[in-house]
Parts: sequence; structure tokens; C-alpha cells
Amino acid sequence: MTRLLDIQGLSVSLPLPNGTLHAVRDVSLSLDQGGTLGIVGESGSGKSMSALALMRLLPRGADCRATRLALAGQDLRDLDDRSFTRQIAGPRIGMIFQEPMTSLNPVYTIGRQMTEGAVMRGLLSGAEARRKAIDLLDRVGIPDPEGRMGQYPHQMSGGQRQRVMIAMTLMLDPDLLIADEPTTALDVTVQAQILDLLDDLRRERQMGMILISHDLAVVAERSDHVAVMYGGEIIEQGASQAVLRAPAHPYTQSLLQAIPQLGDAPARLGAIPGTVPSLMSQPLGCVFAPRCAHARAECTAARPPERQHGPDHYCLCVLTTPPTGRRMAEPLRAHAEPVGEAVISARAVSQVFHSRKGLFGPKREIKALNKVDLTLKRGETLALIGESGSGKSTLARILLGLATPTSGEVTMLGRPVAELSGAERAGFVQPIFQDPYSSLNPRRRLSEIIARPLVLRGEKERADQAVRDAMDLVRLPKRLLHAYPSQLSGGQRQRVAIARALVTRPEALICDEPTSALDVSVQAQILNLLDDLRAEMGLTCLIITHDMAVVHQIADRVAVMYQGRIVEEGATAQVLSHPSDAYTINLLAAAPRFETKPEEIEVAE
Amino acid sequence: MLRYIALRGLLALLVAFTVSLAAFFLLNVATDPAQAIAGEDATPDVVEAIRARYGLDQPMPVRYAEWLGGVLQGDFGESYYWHKPVAELVVDRADETLTLAFSALAVTILIAIPLGALAALNPNSWIDRFALGVAVSAQAVPNFWLGLIMIILFGVMVPIFPVSGDDTWRHFVLPAFVLGASSVPAVMRLTRTGLIEVMGADYIRTARAKGFRGWPLLQRHALRNALLPVISVLAVQLGQKFGGSVITESIFAINGLGRLALESILGADIPTVQMLIFVFAIVFVAMNLLADILNAALDPRIRIG
Repeated sequence: MTRLLDIQGLSVSLPLPNGTLHAVRDVSLSLDQGGTLGIVGESGSGKSMSALALMRLLPRGADCRATRLALAGQDLRDLDDRSFTRQIAGPRIGMIFQEPMTSLNPVYTIGRQMTEGAVMRGLLSGAEARRKAIDLLDRVGIPDPEGRMGQYPHQMSGGQRQRVMIAMTLMLDPDLLIADEPTTALDVTVQAQILDLLDDLRRERQMGMILISHDLAVVAERSDHVAVMYGGEIIEQGASQAVLRAPAHPYTQSLLQAIPQLGDAPARLGAIPGTVPSLMSQPLGCVFAPRCAHARAECTAARPPERQHGPDHYCLCVLTTPPTGRRMAEPLRAHAEPVGEAVISARAVSQVFHSRKGLFGPKREIKALNKVDLTLKRGETLALIGESGSGKSTLARILLGLATPTSGEVTMLGRPVAELSGAERAGFVQPIFQDPYSSLNPRRRLSEIIARPLVLRGEKERADQAVRDAMDLVRLPKRLLHAYPSQLSGGQRQRVAIARALVTRPEALICDEPTSALDVSVQAQILNLLDDLRAEMGLTCLIITHDMAVVHQIADRVAVMYQGRIVEEGATAQVLSHPSDAYTINLLAAAPRFETKPEEIEVAE
Repeated sequence: MLRYIALRGLLALLVAFTVSLAAFFLLNVATDPAQAIAGEDATPDVVEAIRARYGLDQPMPVRYAEWLGGVLQGDFGESYYWHKPVAELVVDRADETLTLAFSALAVTILIAIPLGALAALNPNSWIDRFALGVAVSAQAVPNFWLGLIMIILFGVMVPIFPVSGDDTWRHFVLPAFVLGASSVPAVMRLTRTGLIEVMGADYIRTARAKGFRGWPLLQRHALRNALLPVISVLAVQLGQKFGGSVITESIFAINGLGRLALESILGADIPTVQMLIFVFAIVFVAMNLLADILNAALDPRIRIG
């Protein structure tokens, strides 16, 4: 095999008003013709930045250096911007992005956007380009490709737009395809289809592919080689099997332990203490040292050496042998409670929305919920799983009493929710939302945010103590009492949201995608916290999620929603191992997973 | 699309009539037209006679109905002051104002859009700062003052343009610039922020990844998206040019609708004022309608819901 891509010593820094951000530091990567390289890392690890640097798509003012940047032997550093865009961007390297909803220009037709690159370069005539585009749309699985050519992006679903994006990059037959989180914004079942498609296309065309993802399971399934990035550096790379099954770097190990996995019995997740490093200063030593369980004095003194741990398996760590003293997975602290009384129950709840096309268009009815029955019992954690548009968030709003259903009834401890006053209801059930960055008021201090529900209920005098208790419950240090949300990390913010929800001592929590905006290591912290809360205070909780692994990790019972109906409901273990509904089976099959558990290999070794 | 335009057109007409209704009642409450026509020292008898002659003794709803009936037949009444049909007066003078308003709009577009685009493509550069300076000064300087300065600069010190009258196109250069300058800040800023936002959009990144850069990138992928909001604002600005012509026409002695409006207001020539308000309202509403249609034509998300 010939070497397609060879990057040596790539560094990217961005000037910011308060200093320089060292986004990528001394990154070396290589990829063979027709191979797949996965780049994994949490947000801010520099994985996207590296790809953007390769494509010369870095933000204005960014400084990018490399000792070698070669594509099939040609050093790209020798090309000026004009030649690069003409010869490389498009015909040699194609790139698809995370957001299919915004990555296509909304005001031009699919056909025009697909053909323009080839026509502008004079590679194809208009008619040839059109024919090729139709063929490619057909290949990527767009029904009625000819009719689609005249349509606009907003007339398609997210999955279809991502297919169009893929077809569009293939118009110029690139040798290398960079897919930057290609499926992060998509539903699980669509994600599996898109990844399959990319795989097939790569094989057909002998195309090299770089797959960038925060999702280790996705990368494990789809790439031969993997590079793990942390704090702007590649801390480990090698064959996927080797890296993911026998990780050599403590960070990779911790990351693997932080992911809830469908194959194992649920156990405490290995949360990584501390937060991701600020990249405003370049650390003298190992970038992971401050959070590493195996850190020694020499770790902070100098940059760790690159060690080889097997054929083609490299790791940036002072340890000569990978740490073996891995903490055995602890069991969950909470036990399934004996089933208690019904705390919140919905009976035959339906919700119908009316929409109009345009100002004077015909009225349409959308049945968001269709006769849903759901009961949340005391002490249990019930998961509501479904894809976007299935009606799960609408149901959550109704259960919270924030919306009134078109028909049906919601009762809280036997009392109809319509009879409860706002303050009573708020003392009864509290919400936790997905995005901790936008759901906290940035102008209020933590103490004010957490005390707010009590102040609204007129219980100001006991607020002080209650706030401290709630902060204890969610393991927030007291020194943050007077901090503002902007001073906190994502995980800390979500803890604040949980503390605020718990401060009134509600009967139940309703969490709408509580971890999907968080990084894997932070998700582990929050899931562990929910486990603690169940063990310590018998928390009753409804968790809405799209992630099977989260359900598996935390829920006693699960209800599967599809098109406004609950298609299957039962004990988590039962539903996950023996799903009966066709949709549940589909959903489970599509969930990405590690083929074999890393632990098994270790035991075997 | 046709249905959309027809419905929007109907809505526009309704707005125009609502404006005329409000204007009619306000005008008649604010002044006593009979007194104004007769002059301040007229005897009550004379005032009463005038009131009867022009039908001003009728109740207001009756008078509005009569006026509206006339308007629907193209009759806007007779001017108290010029003793001519108002419609004739207005049509006679519309030429000058239309020329002034559209050339002012052209000035706005020619200055604001390129400047805004250059500023957006080079944020925080000298051109961006220059554009900001232009916007702030154009906003701070009152219209009439800029008019006087222009007269002194280009009419008196360097006499290259005539400063009074409306005989040739050269007469319109200074007034069009003065009137156009007032809209530059709004349009320039909107172009700048719109284009900065678009240049940061994901689809521009996609286009770059396909190998577009420079002018083709701007022309094929950014301009249409960035100018969508600018079109709506330009329509409003054009409406304001008609209103703004009152001052500019007076300064440069252009015999257009603005000047007519000023004269008839001072002379309490209610039929004329009434028609001018109606015409300005129609123009304003029509421009907004045109902007809606243009937006729908350029943006498929509006056209195809």
C-alpha cells in the first residue's frame, strides 16, 4: 500500500483577545491509500482543528505550522492558496461536516450545489455534471434523484442532506475524504446507515478516509487506525483493535471506562477527575498529568517520550508498560427499589399541533402524542427513549405541567395536574434540561440560581441552608457558591441544574437529555451522580434520552417511543436483551458498540 | 406564488386605507380648514360661508365617505389653494420626486453595499474602521445641514453643480447625495453584519471545502444570502426618501411632491395634504410588498414552505 497522507509536526495556534490558544500541538498522522483513520477526542481536543488545518479552512488569523504535510508524496506546504483551492480542496480531498442542516446553502438547488465544483473547474460540462450528480444521488440512496436535483435543502431531512453532502464531495472523486463528526447531529438509525454508506463508498473507490468523532464506539467500528487526541496532542495512536482493546495511555483507558457499554452489566463509570486543560498556555510536561491517576514527578517536568507498544502502536507517556492496576469496575450503588406508588401518571394523553404552510396555506394537523399511558413510580428511574420527533420532549413538557394536552389526563400522586397551583407543581416535579450552557441565567450567581425555586415559593428564610445541602448532594464545592455560570465547566453547570431541581425536595425529576450535550468523561460524572442520588435519597426520575447505552446504564424500566406512541415498555434488562417491537429491535441494532469488550481481551492476556 | 402576491397586495391596500382614514380624522381635528382658508382675521360670516361652500359643515364620517368615493373614481377633490384638481397637481410634480427618490436610493446602494461588503470581508481593518466612521458621521449629521454644506462646497466654493432648481440631471446630483447619505448607515451596517454572519456560515465552509474562494465564493454563495435582509431595509428606506424629500426639496428648490406637501400644509390645503399622505402611504406599502415578493423570489424557504 502506498502512503496517501503524511503529516509531521502539525501545530495550530489561534490569537485570541486574552492570549494565544494552542489548539493543536506537534501532531503527526499518516494514512495509507484506501485506509481509514479515526480521530477521537473530547471537545476542544483539537481533532477538528487538525482536519481544518489540512483543508486550509482555519479561522482568520490562525497560525499553522508543520514540518511535513504531504498528500501522495506532494508537499502541500509548497502550494499557494490559489493553487491549493484549485487542485486540492475538492478534487483531492473532500470534506463533510457535522451539521447537515446548515452545511448546504439554503437558497440554491441541490443540483446547482452539486454540479458547480466540477463545472467551475472545467472538468465536466453542465450536462455531464448533471448526469453524474443524478447517478451519485442514486448511489447514496436518495429516492427520485432526478426530481431532487431541483429541490432545496430545506425540503429534505437531516439524513438526506448528509447523503447529499456525501454525494457532493464525491462529484470531484477525491482520494481522501474527511468526515468531521458526520453523524453526531443525526438519529441512531440514520447514523448507522450513513456510516455504512461511507464504508461502502470508501471500499468501492479505494478512497482514504479520516473519521473524526467524539464517539469511541463509532470509531472502533469503522476505522483500521485510530488516533486519540487530548489537549491538542495525539497521546496515543495505532491499529484500532490494539488501541481500543489494550489502551496504553492512562487517558485512553479512563475514557474507555467512562463510556456506558451495552454489553456489560451496568456498573459505576470511571469518571475522570478534573476538567479539560486550558490550551492558553503550553504545558511543560504531559498534558494529561493533572488528571492522571498514575502521574509522577517526571510527568510535569518534561514532555513525555513517544513509546512503542506493539507494531504500529505508539503512546505519549512516561510509563514503559501500560498501567495494569486498573480499578475494577465498582457495582452501582443504587438498587432497584421495591415498586412504590405512582408519582406521576399520564392516561391516554394526546397532543395535536396545528401548523400552516406559509401565511395562508392549508391547515395541517400533527399528532405529536397519540393516547400515551405512562406511570412513574416512587423510587424508580424510568427511561423514555426515542428518536427526534418521536414526541418524547412533548410528553416531558406535559408531565411537567408546562403544557396542557389536547386530551387525556396527568395526575401527580392521584391529583389532576390542572388542579395544582404553579408553586405546588414546582414542589412536586422539577426539570433538568439538555444544554447546561443555555439553561442557566448567566447574570446570576450560583447561590441565587439554586435558591430561586425556594424564593419563588416564599421560603426565602430556609433557602441558605437548602442551597448548601443541595450543593452537597451534587458534589459542588462551597467555594463556587458565589460564582457565575460562565466560570464553570459543562459538568459543573449540569450539577447546578440538578441542585436547583433538588432544592425544593421534589417528588420526581424529569431530565430531558441530561448528558447529551456533555463530553464522555463528564457524562460519566453526571450518570454516577444520578446513581449516588438514587442510593442516598431514593430519587424518582424520568430520563429522556436517545442513547441506548445511557438507558442500559441507569434505568430500571424503559419506554420506547415512536411516532407519538409508546411501542414497548418493560424492565430495562428485559427490553434490551429481548426486544419485542420491530422498532426497538431496529434501534438496538443501530446503536454503535464495541465488538468485543476491552476487558475480555485483558483477561485473555 | 401568485396567490401569495395577490393576498399580500390586498393586505397592502387595506393598510393604505387605514392610514388615509387616520390621516383624515387627525387633519380635521388639528385644524379648522374653513378658518385657515378664510384667514385669521376673517369674520365669522365669511368662515361659515366657506364652510358651507366646501361641504365642511357635514359630519366627518360623511365627508370621509365622500372623499373615499371620489378616490375610488380617481377624484381626490380640488385644492383649496391652487383651485385645481389635486390629482393633476400631484401628477404634475411626481416626476421630480420620483427622480430624486430613486437617484437617492441609487446613491445609498452604490455607497453602502460595496462599503459594507468590504468592511465585512476585512473585519477590523482600516477599511472597516473607515466604514464605521462614515456610518457614524452620516448618522450624526442632520440632513438639512449636510445639504447646506454641500451647497457651500460644490455650489459656492467649487461651483461644479447647480444648487437650485430641477431642470437638468446635474441639478439632482447634490440633493440625491444628501438624501441618499441619510440611509447609508443603516444599509451599510446591515450589509456588513449580514455578510459577516454568512461568511461564518457552515455552507460557506462547505463551499470552501469544494474549492471556492475569492470572488466566485462571494458571488455564488454569499451575496444572495447576505442581501436578503438588506432588500427589506432598502424598501423601507425608499419609502423614507419620499417622506424625506420634504426637507431636501425645500433646500434645493426642487418643485416636487415634498415641496407641494410643505406648501399645502402651511396653507391648510387639506385635500392636497390628504392625497399626498395617501400617495406616500401607497408608495411605502407598495415598496414593502415589492420587498416581500423579491425576498420570496430569492429565498426558496419562503417560496416553498
